[in-house]
Amino acid sequence: MNESAATITKPTPLLIELRGVTKIYGSGAAAMSALRGIDLHIDQGDFVAIMGPSGSGKSTCMNILGCLDTPTDGDFFFEGVEVGRMNRDKRALLRRHYLGFVFQGYNLLNRTSALENVELPLIYRGVPRAARRARAQAALAAVGLAGWENHTPGELSGGQQQRVAIARAIVTEPRVLLADEPTGNLDTARSREVMELITTFNREHDLTVLMVTHEPEMAAYAKRQVHFLDGLIVPGPNQGGDA
Amino acid sequence: MLWETVQLAQREIRRNVLRSSLTILGIVIGVAAVIALVTLGRGATLQVTEQIASLGSNLLQVRPGQGFHGPGGASASADPFRSEDAEALSREIPGIRAVAPVTSRSTQAIYGNLNWSTSVTGSTNDYLTARDWPLQSGRSFSDSELRAGSAVCLLGATVKKELFGNMDPLGASIRLEKLSCQVVGVLQAKGQSSFGSDQDDFILIPLRTMQRRIAGNNDVSSIFISARDRATIDKTKEDINKLLRERRHITAGQEDNFNVRDMQEIMATLTGTTKILTTLLGAVAAVSLLVGGIGIMNIMLVSVTERTREIGIRLAIGALGSEVLLQFLVEAVVLSTFGGVVGIILGLSGAALAARALAMPFVLSPQIVVVAFLFSAAVGVIFGYFPARQAARLDPIEALRHE
Ligand SMILES: Nc1ncnc2c1ncn2[C@@H]1O[C@H](COP(=O)(O)OP(=O)(O)OP(=O)(O)O)[C@@H](O)[C@H]1O
Ligand SMILES: [Mg+2]
Repeated sequence: MNESAATITKPTPLLIELRGVTKIYGSGAAAMSALRGIDLHIDQGDFVAIMGPSGSGKSTCMNILGCLDTPTDGDFFFEGVEVGRMNRDKRALLRRHYLGFVFQGYNLLNRTSALENVELPLIYRGVPRAARRARAQAALAAVGLAGWENHTPGELSGGQQQRVAIARAIVTEPRVLLADEPTGNLDTARSREVMELITTFNREHDLTVLMVTHEPEMAAYAKRQVHFLDGLIVPGPNQGGDA
Repeated sequence: MLWETVQLAQREIRRNVLRSSLTILGIVIGVAAVIALVTLGRGATLQVTEQIASLGSNLLQVRPGQGFHGPGGASASADPFRSEDAEALSREIPGIRAVAPVTSRSTQAIYGNLNWSTSVTGSTNDYLTARDWPLQSGRSFSDSELRAGSAVCLLGATVKKELFGNMDPLGASIRLEKLSCQVVGVLQAKGQSSFGSDQDDFILIPLRTMQRRIAGNNDVSSIFISARDRATIDKTKEDINKLLRERRHITAGQEDNFNVRDMQEIMATLTGTTKILTTLLGAVAAVSLLVGGIGIMNIMLVSVTERTREIGIRLAIGALGSEVLLQFLVEAVVLSTFGGVVGIILGLSGAALAARALAMPFVLSPQIVVVAFLFSAAVGVIFGYFPARQAARLDPIEALRHE
């Protein structure tokens, strides 16, 4: 695997930097260290696959990177700005304007059409109705779901639902796409479709992608891999990791 | 953004029509009750106020017998008054504007081949003064007619209508029992009295005529008195009492064998009763609104739990806590104001039907409609706030994990 080649040969602007990030759940005797000092640099346009055994802290790290959670200690810079300890509303605005999320469980609104699901983040951005509709339609077309606008999640297959979720994540043209096991619920063929899609956005739109996966085949789509173990980043099984 | 939120709320509400309808039932009942009661209450008050005005200003009525015997109630076996009593009152008591001795009885009035049963009252022109009762046409009695007991009469509007229709009755002769008397005037319409009787179904003749030609005695069955000033009416009543006790030879310690009734006081009591009733039922309605509010709170809490995942998605996507709060608050307010609007419509139609059934005026008051609407919206805000805050405070990570 030559996933780190791009970052080494072509210097790109630093987008995200984690410095000694720790996360402790609970307190006292019940305290549980999920992250124990993470250093991570991610450049604009990077595509990083985060791997590691269950319970190693991948999701915890993703939640911090996604500004859904705050680190217990350490620094988190986004474009040079310390965001790790921002308050709830400021983090929400960061998510709104710079981040897109794809989850393992799709997390679409039930009984709501694909189109309206994709429009949702645009509503919070205050995009007027007509523009919203057009952008959502374009995003659905980009994930190959033109013609499925009025179907609700219940009427779509898992692969289609995940593609709606991707459309919802990219419709705002975010700086970073965060995906926690986006193919975890899909069979291999559907997983490949989703990975092709994410790779396309990464390449063609310079979208930075952070993705957690258990499957080496899906991780291979990324430009580089980062391996987690017991709350720390470790060199990968094949020395493919790099922090 | 707010309009989007309102639309979203409407959609959420329509998703569960049965549940939403049951939720707002409390508000509907509460608001409908308030609206109906207040509307009917205002109608009743208006009616009473009009009746007070129609009685004549500062009207006192003196009757033989003890206490208040109700409308037309029998006045025990006490001696009737005499015309001289009335004359003495007007002569000796300064606070009096007009004194009218009255004797009434029911009778048949006949004109041509038309026959109408009504009541005939014998009195003086002071009767009209005491009751603030103007003439519509013709004239009142002349002094000589009053003194001589001439066969002349004034017609109430109802009698005039029944016997003469659109014809001019002035100068015509009607028959009251054996007496044939000439119509010299027609009174203006006064409408219903507080006790539901038609005040215009009435003929006035000189007291002398009544005593001599119809009653056959010199009795005066009651005396109508118009006091000069409301402020000193208690003093006037006292004076009347003292004078009449003297004239009727009642010794100290002996009870009155007559009574002085202040018509406005009786009316005020009636109005007071209406007010108490309205207040009481209003309190019941307020409780109903409270229960309705709790119902809304309950259903909103259920809704927040059910939609935890949705809230998680919204928060993850970048919704602010305040935006989620607003969404649920708007939903509660849309629910409650919808309940309010339904309640207003039901309440007004109910009041309109009841007013018709009770022959009461229907007084639509825009303020109370606005107040009821705002109140139902306030119920939504107050009882929707807590569940909405629950929603807004959810942790997005936890909420997304929620099944
Ligand atoms: N909210 C929480 N409270 C307490 N402990 C937590 C919480 N979330 C995660 N943990 C613990 O932190 C550790 C790391 O969890 P995390 O979810 O990051 O693992 P993961 O690498 O994503 O695992 P998986 O591959 O199973 O998703 C685990 O031991 C987990 O039990
Ligand atoms: Mg995980």
